[in-house]
Amino acid sequence: MMRYARTALLSALLIPTAAFAQTSGKVTDFMLENGMQVVVVEDHRAPVVQHMLWYRAGSADEPKGSSGVAHFLEHLLFKATEKMESGEFSAVVAANGGRDNAFTSYDYTAYFQRVAADRLELMMTMEADRMKNIQLTPENIATERNVIIEERNQRTENNPQALFSEQLSAAQYLNHRYGTPIIGWMHEMEELDREDALSFYELYYSPNNTVLVVSGDVTPEGVRELAEKHYGPIPANPALPERLRTEEPRQNAERRVIFRDARVAQPYISRSYLVPERDSGAQETAAALTILSEILGGGTTSFLTEKLQFDTQVATYAAAGYSGVSLDDTTFRLIMVPSEGVSLEEGEAALDQALADFMTAGVDAEQLERIKLQIRASEIYAQDNVDGIANRYGSALTSGLTVQDVRAWPVILDAVTADDIMQAATLLRREASVTGWLQRPEGETQ
Amino acid sequence: MIRFATALFLGAAAAFPVRAEVEIQTVTSPGGVGAWLVEEHSLPFVAIEIAFTGGTSLDVEGKRGAVNLMTGLLEEGSGDLDARGFARAKEALATTFGFGASSEQLTISARFLTENFDESVALLRDAIQNPRFEDADVERVRAQVLSNLAFDAKDPNEIAGKTFAAMAYGDHPYGTVDVGTPETVAALTRDDLIEAHRNALVRDRVLVGAVGDITPEQLGTLLDAVLGNLPQSGPLLPPKVEPQITGGTTVVDFDTPQSVALFGQRGIAVDDEDYFAAVLLNQVIGGGAFDSRLMQEVREKRGLTYGVYSYLYSRDLANAYMGSVSSANDRIGEAITVIRDQWRLAAEEGVSEKELQDAKTYLTGAYPLRFDGNSTIAGILVGMQLIGLDPEYIKTRNARVDAVTLEDVKRVAGELMDPDGLHFVVVGKPEGVVSE
Repeated sequence: MMRYARTALLSALLIPTAAFAQTSGKVTDFMLENGMQVVVVEDHRAPVVQHMLWYRAGSADEPKGSSGVAHFLEHLLFKATEKMESGEFSAVVAANGGRDNAFTSYDYTAYFQRVAADRLELMMTMEADRMKNIQLTPENIATERNVIIEERNQRTENNPQALFSEQLSAAQYLNHRYGTPIIGWMHEMEELDREDALSFYELYYSPNNTVLVVSGDVTPEGVRELAEKHYGPIPANPALPERLRTEEPRQNAERRVIFRDARVAQPYISRSYLVPERDSGAQETAAALTILSEILGGGTTSFLTEKLQFDTQVATYAAAGYSGVSLDDTTFRLIMVPSEGVSLEEGEAALDQALADFMTAGVDAEQLERIKLQIRASEIYAQDNVDGIANRYGSALTSGLTVQDVRAWPVILDAVTADDIMQAATLLRREASVTGWLQRPEGETQ
Repeated sequence: MIRFATALFLGAAAAFPVRAEVEIQTVTSPGGVGAWLVEEHSLPFVAIEIAFTGGTSLDVEGKRGAVNLMTGLLEEGSGDLDARGFARAKEALATTFGFGASSEQLTISARFLTENFDESVALLRDAIQNPRFEDADVERVRAQVLSNLAFDAKDPNEIAGKTFAAMAYGDHPYGTVDVGTPETVAALTRDDLIEAHRNALVRDRVLVGAVGDITPEQLGTLLDAVLGNLPQSGPLLPPKVEPQITGGTTVVDFDTPQSVALFGQRGIAVDDEDYFAAVLLNQVIGGGAFDSRLMQEVREKRGLTYGVYSYLYSRDLANAYMGSVSSANDRIGEAITVIRDQWRLAAEEGVSEKELQDAKTYLTGAYPLRFDGNSTIAGILVGMQLIGLDPEYIKTRNARVDAVTLEDVKRVAGELMDPDGLHFVVVGKPEGVVSE
């Protein structure tokens, strides 16, 4: 998650259409000798550049007992280095008219600056510096730990929906780190120390564990020259471990989560299923799941909205979400907010009935055609936002995918058939699901 | 410690280039509707932003929430199409629309492929001119609004905003939540929605920005098709209001681990000759950068919060200077004390030459970076018109920022910042903080 303002916790609920827009032709990639992967996305309409450094290390790579350390370290990278004072990094970016921030997710940590194109070299100088040279004082640790605790207070403790979502994930994953929140469990965050942060830093922060993504008014040759000059001299870490995580076993029992909180205003039902992610060279299943989520719950014309909000008025809101960009197995999520006077039990029954109806009815060919048309159009719209394309490459390349996979994705989406979608729908196994009810305390009116 | 960046960023004070392509044309349709246009033919699509000033402040007495609900219904059944038919038609064109209402404006954003120009314009026309407001659609969207209101009733940020607004603006529309209350929303009728539509979407309050693959002639056609048949004018806007904010603290009891505080005092108008001095002042105090005084004092030095900000909340009808912070219940008291001290310090001493220079470099450098996409630029074009700027402003804006002197900022700090008039609304279970 970001130091503030925006959030990578999007994955906590629903990511509609997140995987859609792609473009190619303006994208160039190459590798530095020390193993740093580089992607350049060109847009010469404005003299602006976004410089992003993505590390293939996120909260799911943390050691047991140190949840939140990836994100804590992200905050600490804005402190001093051998050459810069604490806070100077952001001050220099601001003094150059730019803005900077960073975010942490399960599979990556990324740092970025957005500045005038002629300031790119300065950004690289500073970003290369803090890859290896941070200097942490005990005061930095104590103060910044309070900041991340307040961040957790703000994002999670003060928000019953977020607390609920955290419990759903914990119940979903039996053996994988995705069950632990990115920001960390409070009791473990309180114990994070300098050694925890530095050992994560020394293990993962090296050029052979990064993807540099530069977008905007730049050329691949120009980026290569600067990257070789500033990142090139940093040696690769030969001890970088392979990204092996404990995997989920076959899940055999549906789980239920009842979360009660006096601050709940609007009870609702959330259902998640363990499903495959996009695998390099084999993205077809994920493509079918992506379109299935659009068909089931992608908006006004989706199946669940029709059934639950129009044909019957049992829901005020219904949606589905799936994002295939993930290193390991991920979730397909449904949400259903019952209408006034409809209980959670009735709401869940209606949701299940609608899903069963879908399995019988199958895919509406016209709807599928409209979705594909929108996917194609989104490739045009995406060219208006090259920073969005940059994000797509950064997240994909730190989640086990290749440049070729990203390029192929729109084509694979376009090739998905109705049969593929119905096949994908059978992956939503109740035995691999968690159904959650968010509600008010017992005895209070729901 | 070597500050190696210093040498490199000496060059930072040099002028920043403004995006050369932002060449604004003013267009008037054959039917007399005005718009600002930036032609950008490299991508085959168009972004349109339409704003009707007034927005939810045009709600009729006793009908709070009517403009908001009406806006939510504009694409839920229009012309010959019902809600689902409209959505399907939009999807089949890969056209997107956005509708929103705020205290200052009702906003419509559209994005469509050039090849679907005619069909997209027809849909947009129907949404704006021919909404059906059928019972089933009204009830469905009303239920969504009520559901959101229920969420807001338990959200400490919303509670703080609502409490502050009631205190500062009383019976003025700015004093109440513009979505309405559960009672007023429940009572709205179809006639109320028709009236809200009649009052809010009028030609003499419309501002348009268009960016993309469209010529002035095509834009003229679009303007007449989409806006031509709307009524010429509507009811008067409510009067301007001076916020009634007195120094002190209001605690709203709410059982949650982290207190949320909203603070504010009287503000400054965007057309005030000291506005840029105030913007620079605020950039130093709490304008969102990590090196603002509030972020340094409350977060970086003391770890009391994740984020603390201040902002000039200058609207059509009232001006306030606001800020926000949130801290655990046992730490919010200290955060408030630090902010009050900073407020007093700035009022008495202003800012330093270096702080002012850094703020200028940031604001002038960041300005051209805003113009980074068709939809964004369309929004900027409307935003400029809303506050009465002319198209040439883009070229002179940075010079105006640079013209502000340290003496200006010190004087404005003394005049604007009112430590004795700063009021905090705190929602939570704050320890050691009481209403006073």
